Amino acid sequence: MTELACTPGQTVGPFFALALPYPGGSGLVCDTHPEAVRLHGTVCDGAGNGVPDALVELWQPDGAGRIPRVAGSLRRDGAMFAGFTGFGRAATDADGHYGFTTVTPGSVAGGRPFFAITVLARGLLNRLFTRAYLPDGDPDADPLLATVDAGRRATLVCVAESASGRPGYRFDIHLQGPNETVFLTYRGDGR
Amino acid sequence: MKAAPERVASQRDITAEIAALAAEYQRTGGVAGQEAQLRLDYPPYRSSALRHPKHPLLSVDPAEVERWAPCFGHQDVDPVDADLTAGHPGEPIGERIIVTGRVLDAAGRPVAGQLIEVWQANASGRYRHQLDQHPAPLDPNFTGAGRCLTGPDGTYRFLTVKPGPYPWRNHHNAWRPAHIHFSVFGTAFTQRLVTQMYFPGDPLFELDPIFQSIIDPAARQRLIARYDHDLTEPEYATGYRWDIVLSGRGRTWTEGQHD
Repeated sequence: MTELACTPGQTVGPFFALALPYPGGSGLVCDTHPEAVRLHGTVCDGAGNGVPDALVELWQPDGAGRIPRVAGSLRRDGAMFAGFTGFGRAATDADGHYGFTTVTPGSVAGGRPFFAITVLARGLLNRLFTRAYLPDGDPDADPLLATVDAGRRATLVCVAESASGRPGYRFDIHLQGPNETVFLTYRGDGR
Repeated sequence: MKAAPERVASQRDITAEIAALAAEYQRTGGVAGQEAQLRLDYPPYRSSALRHPKHPLLSVDPAEVERWAPCFGHQDVDPVDADLTAGHPGEPIGERIIVTGRVLDAAGRPVAGQLIEVWQANASGRYRHQLDQHPAPLDPNFTGAGRCLTGPDGTYRFLTVKPGPYPWRNHHNAWRPAHIHFSVFGTAFTQRLVTQMYFPGDPLFELDPIFQSIIDPAARQRLIARYDHDLTEPEYATGYRWDIVLSGRGRTWTEGQHD
């Protein structure tokens, strides 16, 4: 079968705040949810400085490992909070920091759980994909982590935190530099 | 690490850098598939210098969760969100345009019921954003952001005004060709696309390092809408058509229905 040629990506540019971030975008669950956790970190450039104009998107299964098929991510406020949609969006602040309130992803079909992450920024010519794995588990048991050089594996794994009594995960994203995050391209992707 | 040059580059410098990279591409291939991976390191776009990964992207098989994408529905998007000329007391200044097309996967199947978000400068080339310092007027009747869901055949449609070109600080006398930013979701996480749509015949194409960062000339053409007189509405608006092809073969909406 003939494959159509894909539309190339371009940078999100400096003015995406006009359209992409939305109220409630970084809260996949309410702060008062009994299983709420914080996923946060800093997006850094090759000089180690925070990137103040980056956008991080999150996509994940629910706590039981179910992949959400629920719409409503853009209108999570009040009565429209229909359920767990699995999607969130957070712009970085002046220091390059982003944060989500969500639940710990469950295992899908026995695999090691992770948060699927997309990173966009001014200066970044195309979106980047990565995975933020939960801290526990044998790296050699995961088909991706097993193939990553041991020195770079840590860039794909969250650091567990329990600040303010609530469990949380720190996941810093380094676009470049000595701790450069492992970014992914998917097989079968025409680009 | 080399220190950044003190002197601000001129357009002539940038154009020469663009030409050298294009010539290198022609020399070393220009073969189909050669530039399959989008270039993230493109020195003429100065702010890419510290913001591109230096390691190659790691090629992986998508995990199950990455074979699915977030769902959006009518509770997410109001139909008036697709009309960027609405929502203000008056009509925005500028050339009213209709922008429409289809979102398809690489197998040509429509991507139905998915979210498209757009944002753009106004007709004078000014964004409604606090960091835009271009001394051109804001338009009290234009915000420049819109959303819609694709229809069953993958069709989207926006009503807006044609954005103006605008200056930026990449180099001395740098101007971006007129464009509309698009954010598109496919039926799989792996298909996420953020890009820019351009207008045919823009004299700034050759000068713009962001547009030229798509080093393959045929791929660059896929970012340019075409004027379509059949879309143009008499006494009202001119029409542009731009189809978007996402990577890979997404799942169809009906495949995705389960609880």
